Amino acid sequence: MHDEKLIKEIKRKALEIRKWVIESVYRAGSGHPGGSLSVADILACLYFHEMRHNPKDPKWPDRDRLVLSKGHAAPALYAALALAGYFPVEELKNLRKIGHFLQGHPCMKKVPGVDMSTGSLGHGLSVAVGMALAGKLDKKDYRVFAILGDGEVQEGQIWEAANAASHYKLDNLIAILDRNKLQIDGPTEEIMHLEPLAWRWQAFGWDVIEIDGHDIEEILGTFHEIKLNEKPTIIIANTIKGKGVSFMEGTLSFHGKPPSEEQYIRAMSELEQVERELND
Amino acid sequence: MIDATITDKKRNLRDAYSSALIALGRRNPDVVVLDADLALSTKTKRFGTVFPDRFFDMGIAEANMMGVAAGLAACGKIVFASTFAVFATGRSYDAIRQSIAYPELNVKIVATHAGISVGGDGASHQMLEDIALMRALPNMVVIAPADATEMEDVVPAIAEHNGPCYVRIGRADAPILFETHGMFEIGKGYVLREGSDITVIATGTMTAEALKAYDLLKKEKIDARIIHMPTIKPLDEKLVRKAAKETGRIITCEEHTVIGGLGDAVAMAIAKKPVPMIRIGVNDVFGESGEAWQLMEKYGLTAENIVKRAKELIKKS
Repeated sequence: MHDEKLIKEIKRKALEIRKWVIESVYRAGSGHPGGSLSVADILACLYFHEMRHNPKDPKWPDRDRLVLSKGHAAPALYAALALAGYFPVEELKNLRKIGHFLQGHPCMKKVPGVDMSTGSLGHGLSVAVGMALAGKLDKKDYRVFAILGDGEVQEGQIWEAANAASHYKLDNLIAILDRNKLQIDGPTEEIMHLEPLAWRWQAFGWDVIEIDGHDIEEILGTFHEIKLNEKPTIIIANTIKGKGVSFMEGTLSFHGKPPSEEQYIRAMSELEQVERELND
Repeated sequence: MIDATITDKKRNLRDAYSSALIALGRRNPDVVVLDADLALSTKTKRFGTVFPDRFFDMGIAEANMMGVAAGLAACGKIVFASTFAVFATGRSYDAIRQSIAYPELNVKIVATHAGISVGGDGASHQMLEDIALMRALPNMVVIAPADATEMEDVVPAIAEHNGPCYVRIGRADAPILFETHGMFEIGKGYVLREGSDITVIATGTMTAEALKAYDLLKKEKIDARIIHMPTIKPLDEKLVRKAAKETGRIITCEEHTVIGGLGDAVAMAIAKKPVPMIRIGVNDVFGESGEAWQLMEKYGLTAENIVKRAKELIKKS
């Protein structure tokens, strides 16, 4: 059990991330709000409690690493990094603007705190395997987190990486699969089926944990269940695409589309309402 | 001018690669080597035998190997990733682009079995577009050494360079051209023979042919300058422009398609002040099975063809 104060604090951070997702994507005029909102609670738990990191020393060799393999959720990652103190939150207003460091997809050379450049789906888990392997080689105790989209695991390279992770017994590797059940062309099970998803990962030699990806207490508790048993772990986080903004929840249309002005105002007022309730 | 002679002595560049890797591994504990189930052919297995903790066979999954290499490099390792050129570049292109070249990570892709001289395996395995693919990527250094001596110098040089590199070598034994070490520097071309009638610029396996062509041309009273260009990117443009200005004609030679390789790089370098030029390479076709020497002959990758084309160029211009 985590104390209520901590849970409330992380809920607040998740809400702030969501507000910045809406704000930055609206200002950018393009971007991916749906998948950014679905992963907001997970990122809040990682950056504001679970991960060992230091915003004052982004390249700290002993830090836990995070690879956002579903790089299109960059607005949520940037918001988490800014709120954690890697760079001023005001910079989030310049997402996707020419000459600015906040690229449409994460760029490790430009953004402090970004551990790997991603965006083209299917690549991040391989890189996370390499980082975890380096940790084992150097006998360091850092962990590597890789956040995958659900549609993303249709890419074959993901399974090459999954195979390598269990072969090399990388129990310092934790994948989190944002199971929001929608991809651009439709529901994952209609476009290219993923189920039985947990069984597939188990068959590749992974420990599998299934959780509600919006329940802060459950997310935090999950990390305690991960064992150093020479097996990589995947957390299948059941989520809702667009979570937190009523008219975006469970819809396909906000995968890669910014809100209109009217939608922006509605989304922000909904999130501010929740924030007020949380602060009461 | 650099001392280079063709002798009867031959040595395989893959052997040179593995011995240089082991020497490098002894000096630098950050060197890690990956292979994709071809470690006996690429000869990285020898490194694995000496340093089992720093060698990982990634199985038949080349794209994943490139991503893993990127992750290791992001944690401070100097990573050598090896397999055949056709898998190292074609199969893995997007992994290299997204995870190595774009974030500019310290990965050295050393590909063997490049070119048509792979022989019997045929077109599926004869990689003729790798230079073009890798040259097109920002941040990527592209190198094709000519002999085993040079290969032994290339390995520590790329380890010293902080960033992505692509090195392509062939399968067959190659004549030793350079007796002494210490010549190779990334981005530098080398004049092996002085001459004023025409310049032949060659890379990789074709440098030996260019040297043979020099002697044949000499007999016909044609004075050729021979340049060995181990680094295709960044290209030694100064040396190319100087040769264009002083000899007025250029022939490029590469065991690669004529599209996007050394020939195109040289043409770009002299585009502002062009001189008559011929690019020798494989002419936009796939290869086929055969003995290495038969294929080199059939596809015009020989000293004799360099002589023929040089005479044509001199006649026309």
